[in-house]
Amino acid sequence: MAQERKKNLPDHLELQRTRVVCNWDAPNHTETVQYSGAYAAMGVDNSLNMKQFRKDFRIEVACLTDEDMEFDMIGIDPAIANAFRRILIAEVPTMAIEKVLVANNTSEIHDEVLAHRLGLIPIKIDPRLFDYVAEGHKYNERNTVVFKLHAECPRPVKKKLHGAVEGVSQENFSLRKTVYSDELQWLPCGSELEKSGDSSSKPEMYTSFNCDQTSMSGFPDEASELTPPRIVLARLGAGQAIELEALAVKGVGKTHAKWSPVATAWYRMLPEVVLLKQIEDAKAEELVKKCPVNVFDIEDIGNGRKKATVSRPRACTLCRECIRDPSWRDSVSLRRVKDHFIFTIESTGALPPDVLFTEAVKILEEKCERVIDDYL
Amino acid sequence: MDPPPEPVSYICGDCGMENTLKQGDVIQCRECGYRILYKKRTRRIVQYEAR
Repeated sequence: MAQERKKNLPDHLELQRTRVVCNWDAPNHTETVQYSGAYAAMGVDNSLNMKQFRKDFRIEVACLTDEDMEFDMIGIDPAIANAFRRILIAEVPTMAIEKVLVANNTSEIHDEVLAHRLGLIPIKIDPRLFDYVAEGHKYNERNTVVFKLHAECPRPVKKKLHGAVEGVSQENFSLRKTVYSDELQWLPCGSELEKSGDSSSKPEMYTSFNCDQTSMSGFPDEASELTPPRIVLARLGAGQAIELEALAVKGVGKTHAKWSPVATAWYRMLPEVVLLKQIEDAKAEELVKKCPVNVFDIEDIGNGRKKATVSRPRACTLCRECIRDPSWRDSVSLRRVKDHFIFTIESTGALPPDVLFTEAVKILEEKCERVIDDYL
Repeated sequence: MDPPPEPVSYICGDCGMENTLKQGDVIQCRECGYRILYKKRTRRIVQYEAR
């Protein structure tokens, strides 16, 4: 049916319906036509057809690594593409440090600032293994990951400090130490710190773990790295030390950005560059030179003549350099395909980007089901 | 019942030496005689929200 619709709609309306036309001053026809009867006067049905959607909808993965992913999502409404983006940023859960128990910190960096820095470290553990910490509930092995940080910059061999500092070469001992995130040590058995207070016989702990997390199914083993290794947490001077524990819990990005599973997730519409006239010889050379991202190429058409072709429209950044000169505006048309999204996801490391996307789809599905339940 | 008061450590403002002072002691570094001492941070745990 949609096939029929496309055939029936006059070219200029089809262009308005499916493309954003990017003129030299502003984009045009940016809206999507939702109303089913929008083209009723021409006898064309514009209603959404689930069967047709299923047939037309495509996902093409362009590249996929542990951290990055780029794929094309074709044949979908921008509202839904945007819903996926927003869910990825704000609603897919991860683990992040939320409570920091500082026993000692004689470094230059304040406790609060250090705690904030710790909170922003990505924790590379599958959040699906954990529950949310319910209001008023305790930290246990099912909802918390505990880390310990003991860092110290030993004071140089005891001498009279003043004077000695300048006299001794840097190789013999360090006067400074940088604390990196790989010094965070995972405590699968829970916190080792005791709550101070009344000195009763049974000391109260900050967490109440019932078992070792490494023995639970799906959990990584003790040696595995749960944080990226080279994040600077603090710098210590001679004789300074940091001793703390950090409790990581499950959360979502809308509560605080530290729980966002993506460094960012974004999309752009597929650029389409159309040459409205044949551009030949010197003009063609000029056009190729105009484009800073090399969208155009030159092709021989025999008899020593050349013409310009559009070889890499995907690279177009829509800088509109090619239509800055008014004389070019009737030769080149820059457009964007309204229902073709080039989606990029950069994961922070907790889950691979493809898994993140499927999680986002599940969350949207859940939301839809909730709405349907509410109205039935 | 209160636990017996722990001796409190102070750090000399000049040489960095750790001094333990009790009530009534002269406020002076044992190493260099400097009279400005800073109280050392106790190991009491402080909780922070990482936000």
